[in-house]
Amino acid sequence: ILGEIRDYFVQGCEDAESSEIRFRLCQELWDEIKTDTEVLQDELNRTILDSLLDFTRKCSSTRQNSDWTSQMRASEIPTAALMLGVNVPDHDMTFQSLSDMLKQSVSPHVASVQAKECGGKGFRDQSEIILCSPHRLCFKWYENVETSPRVHRSMHCSLGILCDWYTARTKVGAQTTAGVHTETWIQPPVVIIFKDLEAFNPRVLQDFILICSQYIDRLPLTFIFGIATSPSTIQHMLPHSVSSLLCIELFQSLSCTQHLATVIDKLILASRIHFKLNGKVMQVLIGVFLYHDFSVRNFIKGLQLALLEHFHSQPLSVLCCKKKQALFNVTQLSKPNLDRIRQLPSFKRYVEKQEAQEQVNLMTDDSHLKEVCQQLIKDLHKYHKNYYPILRCLHTLTSSLPRYPLGKQIRELYLICLAKNVWENEDYQSAMKLVKMLAKGEMVSLLQKCVEILQLSKSKKMKNALVQLEELLAKFKQLDTSIPSPIKNLQKKTDLFQLQKTLLEMNESRRAKRLSPFENLRNEALEFIDNLVKSHLSPPESQPLYEVCYYSSSATVRRHLNATPRTSIQAALSNPYYYLQSEDGTVSNTAPDICIAYKLHLECGRLINLYDWLEAYSTVVSAAEGNDQDSENFGKVDEVKHARFIRAVSALEFLGFIKSTKQKTDHVARLTWGGC
Amino acid sequence: MGQPHQYSYPSIFIYGHRASGKSHVMHVLMKELELSHATVSCVECVSIALLFEQVLLSFFGCDAASLLPRSPSLSDFVRVYRQQCSQSPAKQTRYIVSAVEDNVTVILLSEIAWDKFRPNTGCFEPLLLHFPDYSKSELQQILSQNVHPSYSAGFYSAYINILLGVFYSVCRDLRELRHLAALNFSKFCEPLAEGKVKETDTHKLWKHIEPHLKKAMQTVYLREVSSLQWEQMQKEYDDVDLLHLFCLLKGLSAHTHVELPYYSKFLLIAAYLASYNPARTDKRFFLKHHGKIRKTNFLKKNEKTSNHLLGPKPFPLDRLLAIFYSVVDSRVAPTASIFSQISSLVTLQLLAQVSHDDQLDAPKYKCAVSLDFICAIARTVNFDIVKYLYDFL
Repeated sequence: ILGEIRDYFVQGCEDAESSEIRFRLCQELWDEIKTDTEVLQDELNRTILDSLLDFTRKCSSTRQNSDWTSQMRASEIPTAALMLGVNVPDHDMTFQSLSDMLKQSVSPHVASVQAKECGGKGFRDQSEIILCSPHRLCFKWYENVETSPRVHRSMHCSLGILCDWYTARTKVGAQTTAGVHTETWIQPPVVIIFKDLEAFNPRVLQDFILICSQYIDRLPLTFIFGIATSPSTIQHMLPHSVSSLLCIELFQSLSCTQHLATVIDKLILASRIHFKLNGKVMQVLIGVFLYHDFSVRNFIKGLQLALLEHFHSQPLSVLCCKKKQALFNVTQLSKPNLDRIRQLPSFKRYVEKQEAQEQVNLMTDDSHLKEVCQQLIKDLHKYHKNYYPILRCLHTLTSSLPRYPLGKQIRELYLICLAKNVWENEDYQSAMKLVKMLAKGEMVSLLQKCVEILQLSKSKKMKNALVQLEELLAKFKQLDTSIPSPIKNLQKKTDLFQLQKTLLEMNESRRAKRLSPFENLRNEALEFIDNLVKSHLSPPESQPLYEVCYYSSSATVRRHLNATPRTSIQAALSNPYYYLQSEDGTVSNTAPDICIAYKLHLECGRLINLYDWLEAYSTVVSAAEGNDQDSENFGKVDEVKHARFIRAVSALEFLGFIKSTKQKTDHVARLTWGGC
Repeated sequence: MGQPHQYSYPSIFIYGHRASGKSHVMHVLMKELELSHATVSCVECVSIALLFEQVLLSFFGCDAASLLPRSPSLSDFVRVYRQQCSQSPAKQTRYIVSAVEDNVTVILLSEIAWDKFRPNTGCFEPLLLHFPDYSKSELQQILSQNVHPSYSAGFYSAYINILLGVFYSVCRDLRELRHLAALNFSKFCEPLAEGKVKETDTHKLWKHIEPHLKKAMQTVYLREVSSLQWEQMQKEYDDVDLLHLFCLLKGLSAHTHVELPYYSKFLLIAAYLASYNPARTDKRFFLKHHGKIRKTNFLKKNEKTSNHLLGPKPFPLDRLLAIFYSVVDSRVAPTASIFSQISSLVTLQLLAQVSHDDQLDAPKYKCAVSLDFICAIARTVNFDIVKYLYDFL
């Protein structure tokens, strides 16, 4: 398969020579991103999955002890209501890892059901299927391991049979282990996961729960409900008589915005992954997430799309890899690729800043260009290494300010920084003013956090900055111990005149608002931060060769991720040559029938007279056929034209532009408004 | 029912509320009289085939059941049944607790009265037997029989008395009451274990347990808090803390907040407006220069009642989209994801599709959320929904 993908990638790729390398790089990067996201997902879900596992274990253990209370209690089915949020596409991964973990540590009998699988025509079908599916699933896992229970062909699946099978199985298990320890006769619970509770037919679900509750003393069932909206749906779906059979416990999973924040933090704001998105593409991806689906999986899909597109369409993406490899690749650049580098806007800007002789050298001497490029690539890597720590520092300083001038989430700040010089932004100025008003305690704790961030970075400049910041912090702490007070001076024995003088001075200084040492220090710290921001947070466009790493075609991403079917249908109808690949721009009379019909119907009002429409159509088509305008047959409706017209009209009806109406005979109603 | 060899009455219909002892009485009866019988639960038998199979299975074992064809009819069933009867020596009247014929008595147990079941084609009227609900004293007698082994009977029945005093007004289901009794008994015994009170000091015990039971009525009984959580909390906290805790603890119904994507929120708002505003008033709410139309001008006779009392009305897709575009503040392209959001709102049961599934023929929807819910949603996007509702004009 990999070979096929590679062929597909190489095909139609610009600069075929390097396409192999680019494909490999792309593949490596994607694998890295994929494993990273999987690890992330596991980490994020760990807490909730662990508590769920505990829950199922606890339930199965309480069921087995037989004291008075547990005998008296009505046998409830333990149920975990798992709140997952509305981003349904992401749930699959969670459920997958959940059922894997359950199978590993709690019980081999785990079945997942989806409402889709249980969708029959009638109510009876559905309840049968919902009964069958857990049953069949349980069988499936055992088919390979041991002899599956002998169920007669003609027998229908029922919970009773499942129950018999279960007792048979657990008995076998008990006998085999009997030699070792007879006391523990383990009953692994049968876990049924309802992936999307809302989509189930409530009556089916009610019946299923009723049936299950009749077997609960023989079959240790446990339910897990995946809920997308809110727990009150359970009460909406199930009446009290049914919900009283369940022992429901609530589990809340991480919200999807938090999830996205971690993904961005680990994948986007990391100098480790060299592929980057520019501001507009980021904007599109985040917009799709926030406005449309809340799905982290789709976000990563978008990232993958951008990655593929970048390596596919940008020949210079051979340089988008680890530093060593990139430096080597620079030496291997072909002549056309070197010319491409000379064409890059960022490189042109760089050239313009050089002296005249150097400019000539860069434009003519290939080996010199390669040397310079190596240096530039190194610089770009350094830039990234410094960029992200400073970004995080700035975020920690500004994220807790009132009214969040630079955004609450780091992604907002990142978008601002990608767009233009952040220090020229008004919001940045106001944020800095607010930082200036911070109290000492807050200031120190924020700076402490910045120190922690900088400690993680290994680059030289960051280490320098760390040293300076630590010095500043030390000074802040010293302030506590030595508060120089002007009153001390008064204790010296002085004459009256002297005293008066000092008092006056003090008064004056207070009026001039001379800064206290703390304020001085705070300003110093701010200036330091400001300098760091100015030197490291310049937008990527300012870096020469940034095009190598940054993918910038937001229109492509938008077109792929956020399809607009209606716009494209309208474009196709009003401008067929865009799709038919010919030159003419407008709908001429040689256009496809449906386009002519569409164009004509735009001129009508809400109700269209079919006969008039046909006449007009016939006239246009006759003109296209080149018939003589003066001849008798011109514009006459013959059978072929009639048939073609009917076909065009029904196609328009299928596309939803018109529909039949009973208001007037021989008329159809328009469903869109606006003319040509 | 007569002697085993006599011809029996074809069907008996027994009905009564949940947990009024119907099945128990029948079981004991069948056991005592040693009658051969089959018990079938009708909820479980989704198809008639399953029903036949279960009956045959419990009468004659696995072999007979396998004789049934794949999709058996009633005559198939009777045939197999006759065949088996001739083989087996048993010549007794058989009692099936469900439905068919031959020398068979069908005993139907139900929670619903016979009138609801009577088919309109006419049928043989069964013998009706009603099991009345238990009275309070009966309930107490039954419940008091499950004495905790380490406590005296009198003490336990005093406890049941208190329990019934609290719960009898809301719940008469024996099963549920038993469950509640088990859950709260340990709390009841607590002062006894600490040695503060004697078993006979009912008044003190009552004072101790009563607030607990009341709290239990609001939480455990409604399944706002699961019984496991309830037990755990009782173990971990002492009285005062516990009562505090309940105030903080949110039950299931307290979580109503739902996070939605930005446009989904506006789609839902638009759907709500479309559901509760008459279509004629759209012009007044969503057109910029609508002129001055007073409410009285377009009040029709039947519209004096609040639309919120009448419930949501269905609306077509184009009206929803038209309102959506005028409500949302930025320009939105009609992309595929907008449409898919509508259908995902339907799967989340926030919207309900009224007409059939055919998307081509202008589908209709209803908004299925409450006013509180939509207000909360509208607040998160800074949209003053009340200003746009006809009822609150």
